Amino acid sequence: MSLLALQRDFAAFLRDGDADRAAAGMRVYQNNYRAQLCAFLEDGFARTRDWIGEAAFEDAMIRHIQRLPPSSWTLDAYARDFPDTLGLLYPDDPEVAELAWLELALAEAFVGADAEPLTQADARNIDWDEAVLHFAPTFDLRVVATNVADLWAALAAGETPPAAAILPDRHALIVWRQAQVSRFRLIDADEEHAILLARSGRRFAEICEAIVALHGEERGIEMAGSYLGRWLATEMLVAPAIE
Amino acid sequence: MQRHARFGLGLRKPHYAAFLEHRVAVDFVEVISENFMVAGGRPRELLREVRARYPVALHGVSMSVGSAEGVDRAYLARLRALVDEIEPLFVSDHLCWTRVDGFNSHDLLPLPYTEEALDTVCANVDAAQDALGRTMLIENPSSYVAFDGAMTEWEFLNALCARTGCGLLLDVNNVFVSAVNHGFDARVYLDAMPADRVRQIHLAGHSQGADLLIDTHDQPVPASVWDLYAHVLPTLGPVATMIERDDAIPPLHELLAELSAARAIAGRTESLAA
Repeated sequence: MSLLALQRDFAAFLRDGDADRAAAGMRVYQNNYRAQLCAFLEDGFARTRDWIGEAAFEDAMIRHIQRLPPSSWTLDAYARDFPDTLGLLYPDDPEVAELAWLELALAEAFVGADAEPLTQADARNIDWDEAVLHFAPTFDLRVVATNVADLWAALAAGETPPAAAILPDRHALIVWRQAQVSRFRLIDADEEHAILLARSGRRFAEICEAIVALHGEERGIEMAGSYLGRWLATEMLVAPAIE
Repeated sequence: MQRHARFGLGLRKPHYAAFLEHRVAVDFVEVISENFMVAGGRPRELLREVRARYPVALHGVSMSVGSAEGVDRAYLARLRALVDEIEPLFVSDHLCWTRVDGFNSHDLLPLPYTEEALDTVCANVDAAQDALGRTMLIENPSSYVAFDGAMTEWEFLNALCARTGCGLLLDVNNVFVSAVNHGFDARVYLDAMPADRVRQIHLAGHSQGADLLIDTHDQPVPASVWDLYAHVLPTLGPVATMIERDDAIPPLHELLAELSAARAIAGRTESLAA
C-alpha cells in the first residue's frame, strides 16, 4: 500500500471508523482525534456550553465533528463553522448560534492583526469633509435578533442569565479589540447604518448627510458627532485615508 | 556556535505571569509555535516580552513532515515570519503526519518506516528547512500502532538525519512509551539512534491506558524515564534538556524541581566523564 493510500485509510477511520472492530492502538488515535476537537470547542465556547447545558453541548460537538472534519493547520479555524452547526441544531432558538458567534468573534478579535488606533489628537488634524473612516482590522459586525448581549454578560459574570428574548427592534453586535482586550457592544439600526456606510467607503461628510436626511440637521449632526466620538474613544478606528 | 548544556521548561499559560514578573531559573523556554502563529494581539506581544527575557525554542505540531502530499507552503511562510521575529534557539516538529486530502487531524499520526516514507519525509524536511532558512529538529513520536516497514524507527531517524542534515529532538518519554507499546528495548533504540544529531531533549510523563501506555504529558517524569535519560546522556554532546508538561499543569516550583533533578543527572554525567 502506498503512503498516500495508507494516510487516506487512516484519516477515514479517524472520521467514522468502527472502533469496536479496530485494534487498540487505532482506538487510541480515534479517541485522541475526537477528544482534542471537543476540548478545543469546549474551551472556545464556554458560555454557549453554560447556556445549553453540558449534555446538549456534547451532542452538538459530536454532530459538528461528524458534519465538518477539520481542514486547517490551526484549530482556530475549526471554530468558525460551529455557530452554523448550532444554528442547524437549534433553528427555533436563535440565541444559541448568536451566542456562539459572539464567543467566536471575541476570540478572533483577540488574535487579529495589530493596527495603530486613530486617536483624538490625530482626529484634530483630519479634514473631515474628505476623510474616509477605516475600522480596526479586528472589527466585526453581525445583526442579531435576540438579547444575546445580556445573556453573554450574565453568563460571564456567573449570574443567572435572563430568559432568551427576541429584540423588539433591529440591532447588531459589533466586536473589536481595544488595548489588547476584545470588546463588544450592541448597537441600534442607526449606528449600524452609519458603520455600514463607512465600511462601504463613503466619506464621513457623506455619512453625516445620510444621517441628517433621516433625522434632521440638528439631531443628525449630533448623532454623527456622538458616533465618531465613541468610535475614537474606544479605538474602533485606524488612520483614515484622504481620497 | 559553541554548544553548551541548557535546561528549560515548556512555557504554559498558568506560568506566563511568573516568567514575565520574575527571572525564572531556566536557560530557555519552549513554546508551541502554532499558538503564536496568529496575526497579532496579546499572544504575539507576550511572546516578544518573553523573548526579551529568555531564549525561546519554537516547537510545532502541525508541519506534517510525513504527509504524502508534501508540506503546506502557507503554513511554512507563516512559521518563517515568526522565526524571523523571534530568532529562536531551535525550530522543531514531529516525525509524523497530520494532513491528507484537505483533512487535518490535529493529532500526531504514525508513519510506516518504509523507503517511500523516508523519501517523503526527507523531501518535506528539505523543503521546510529551505523555507525557514535554517536547520530543524525532528522529534521522535510516541505511537500506538506499528506498520510493517523496512526499518526500525532509529534506522529511519539515522537515514533522515544523514540525508537532510536535520537535528533531533529526543523525547525520552516517547521512546519509553513506544518501546512498551511495541515490545522493543528502549536502550537498544537510544544506543542506535544518531546521538551526534541530538540538540534537545524532552522529559515528560505518561499514563497507563486500557491496553497501551498513553503519551499524556500530564504526569511528573517517572523513574523509568529518568533512568533512560541518565543512560543516554553520556552518549550525547551538550544538549538542551526540557521538562514538557502539556496537561494538568502543576505549580511552577514543581517543574523547576524536576528541572533540578535533570541538572543533577547531567552534573553527575559530566563528573564521570571528567
